[in-house]
Amino acid sequence: MSDSAKNDSGSNGHKYVGTRQVRPDGVDKVTGRASFGADLHVPNMLIGKVLRSPHAHARILSIDTSKAEALAGVKAVVTRDDINDLPSEMVPAGEMMVNYRDITRNVMAREKVLYEGHAVAAVAAVSESVGLEALSLIDVAYEVLPHVIDVMDSMKPDAPLLHDGMITQGVEPAPEKPSNVAKRVEFAIGDVDAGFADADVIVEREFKTKPVHQAYIEPHACLASVAKDGKAELWCTTQGHFVVRGHCARLLGMDISKLRVTASEIGGGFGGKTVVYLEPVALALSRKSGQPVKMTMTREEVFRATGPTSGAHMRIKIGAKKDGRITAADGLFHYQAGAFPGSPVQLGCMCAFAPYDLENARTVGYDVVVNRPKVAAYRAPGAPIAEYGAECVIDELAKKLGMDPIELRLKNAAKEGTQTVYGPKLGVVGLVETLEAAKAHDHYKAPLGKHQGRGVASGYWFNIGGESCATLNMSEDGGVHLVVGTPDIGGSRASLCLMAAEELGIDLDKVHPHIADTASLGYTFLTGGSRATFASGMAVVEAARDVIDKMRERVAKMWDIPVDAVIWEDGHARPASSNAGAFEPMSLAEITAMANKTGGPLVGNAAINAQGAGPSFGTHIVDVEVDTETGHVEILRYTAIQDAGRAVSPGYVEGQLQGGAVQGIGWALNEEYVYGEDGKLQNAGFLDYRIPVCSDVPMIDTVIVEVPNPTHRFGVRGVGETPIVPPMAAITNAIEQAIGIRFNELPMSPPKVLAAIDASRGPLADAAE
Amino acid sequence: MAKVVLNGNLKQFSDGQGDFDLDVKDVRQLFAQLGARFPELAPHLEEGIAVAIDGEIFQDALFAAIGPESEVHVIPKIGGG
Repeated sequence: MSDSAKNDSGSNGHKYVGTRQVRPDGVDKVTGRASFGADLHVPNMLIGKVLRSPHAHARILSIDTSKAEALAGVKAVVTRDDINDLPSEMVPAGEMMVNYRDITRNVMAREKVLYEGHAVAAVAAVSESVGLEALSLIDVAYEVLPHVIDVMDSMKPDAPLLHDGMITQGVEPAPEKPSNVAKRVEFAIGDVDAGFADADVIVEREFKTKPVHQAYIEPHACLASVAKDGKAELWCTTQGHFVVRGHCARLLGMDISKLRVTASEIGGGFGGKTVVYLEPVALALSRKSGQPVKMTMTREEVFRATGPTSGAHMRIKIGAKKDGRITAADGLFHYQAGAFPGSPVQLGCMCAFAPYDLENARTVGYDVVVNRPKVAAYRAPGAPIAEYGAECVIDELAKKLGMDPIELRLKNAAKEGTQTVYGPKLGVVGLVETLEAAKAHDHYKAPLGKHQGRGVASGYWFNIGGESCATLNMSEDGGVHLVVGTPDIGGSRASLCLMAAEELGIDLDKVHPHIADTASLGYTFLTGGSRATFASGMAVVEAARDVIDKMRERVAKMWDIPVDAVIWEDGHARPASSNAGAFEPMSLAEITAMANKTGGPLVGNAAINAQGAGPSFGTHIVDVEVDTETGHVEILRYTAIQDAGRAVSPGYVEGQLQGGAVQGIGWALNEEYVYGEDGKLQNAGFLDYRIPVCSDVPMIDTVIVEVPNPTHRFGVRGVGETPIVPPMAAITNAIEQAIGIRFNELPMSPPKVLAAIDASRGPLADAAE
Repeated sequence: MAKVVLNGNLKQFSDGQGDFDLDVKDVRQLFAQLGARFPELAPHLEEGIAVAIDGEIFQDALFAAIGPESEVHVIPKIGGG
């Protein structure tokens, strides 16, 4: 149990903020009443299926759909000709800027297929079996081209080119020839060469990571219905239905206002549901057939056609004085973007050394296309990869200096005023507090046995705000319908209700949350960047203040006193100053009961672009035991510590910390895409792509540190992304301590660990002694 | 005058210059002055850019206030998963 789990009343004088309550979506989820992406059925509904490329790289010579169209039960077939070909235009899409020219080609291949699984055509039919038969009747003529899967191979001068005209951005002078390198980015502060010259100890290492999938349990699914007049409705599982609306309208040449998108309940996203795959295709099929079309990916399609995060190759170099003060840090990062430009390498470069107060630092990154699915965001996109390498080198540096790894981090820890490598100075942050909590935790002092080791790593993520709307509709009986536009992935509804109840001063069970569709609320950016509780929470607070002001005005009129003489306290309007005691306070329920007679319905609104997100730091401790006979690494104990700013709903914060840690354990020990020589994915299913299951992990202990974000009413920082940053390095460092072998490649799966043990008898013998 | 710093690749569009003292009161004025001075930089300020004013990051906030003593860093926009 978390230290903070001992609190059963609100923190810092709050009644609800900081408490553990029954989750508002709990009953629906455990009884099966909750409706997810594939749960909606409507009359005359067709089933859509996608024909996908069997080749990793090929030119499309022709597509003949005539036989499929002639099959009984087939109502529509769409290809590249049914999706708009758009010019190059950069737009924000959750993780980073994306290019509409690329999105339209990823949704449906045009000139070439760029990865196995790339969509080539789609059908809408009266049943799945008819749809699958129709796919088999589509004749696509390909000219198969050489492919490239590995990021470093793709950077070689003789590598097969994915995009004929792609000239590397960020290089001066601009290269004359195209390549698979989409972009070079660089950040730097101070004088790195001078910093290394001043160092007493330098550690420089290379690392490799594999692409890993977000592995949300619910596959992509949607249901689209386009009317004859062009108005359309779309139901889908997504992290951001307003973003889906914009993308689909653009890809299909529709007016945004004619498309209404409703977000279903979502069975996991982790960044992977911030982009569109099926949604524009289902709309195109519905538009063509005149009937609703439902599409659901199989698990195999999810693996073959939706974004994992990048695999990468990197080189990290860090130098320090004998006393542990870091003098310079340098990182070179090559990230796979998948088939289209846009890996999170820039964010990786910005985060790599963020936990440290450095005078001299430089990061250089390359965004590289390969014949794999286009990457999508995955919790703290880019950061886990870059910080994995950096945190492994920090650990090795500590050993060379003979310092405790937490002490080395404390000596160099980023704090308020620290200049980041990407420029700005940090505001109030809580890294030092997480490190102190780690040092003081009994986990850090517990004894270890043979072939057991302990590792530590820290992690950073920026967190963001963004466009957010909220409406509070007051019922006649004093109940409140809380309406927001951020799909609830990790418990944001609970946190938003707690903040509304706190601000309004009413019982929590009076607040009922809803996620509005795109026609029922103002534009709201997606749930991502750890922003939902922060930004929608800010909007909810503002909406609550709005309706409180309206209620004060009503009461002031009833009492015939100035509005300034009415205060809001504990869910009641009370007379203040010279009028104190002159009137009986009126409860919120009493005020809303009279609403129609005092001016009409009472509604609180807020439409904001939330700024001032507070970064979050975390520090993890992990104990492992290595089975030297099999190479299996067992996680014995795990403690995730993180600055949440203020944990509005501590149980959900702990859930985020635990979930991030478990996904990181999978990233560290097992998860990887395995490609054959033919460029085809060989493990497109959960039997062969092994994510951790309950028996693989112990109970993840959590410690919530609270260093409030000064810009938020309740001190909230986002918490969803940072916890996936430290695990890979922490586990690598723990394995090194356990058996004396330092790995520099993920995943550290049993065959790799066993091979390393076999090749390094000496260190093992030393460790065993 | 606010102290303005271009970070990352942005200096490639400003003739290698990265530090400026500018008389600007908000982000809109900042972008206007930078865009007028460096036309190649202007389109990059339209999308994909965030501004850190005295350490606090603002995204899509043209009217965010910049004080006369502010330290302003122009950085890539930040997203998330």
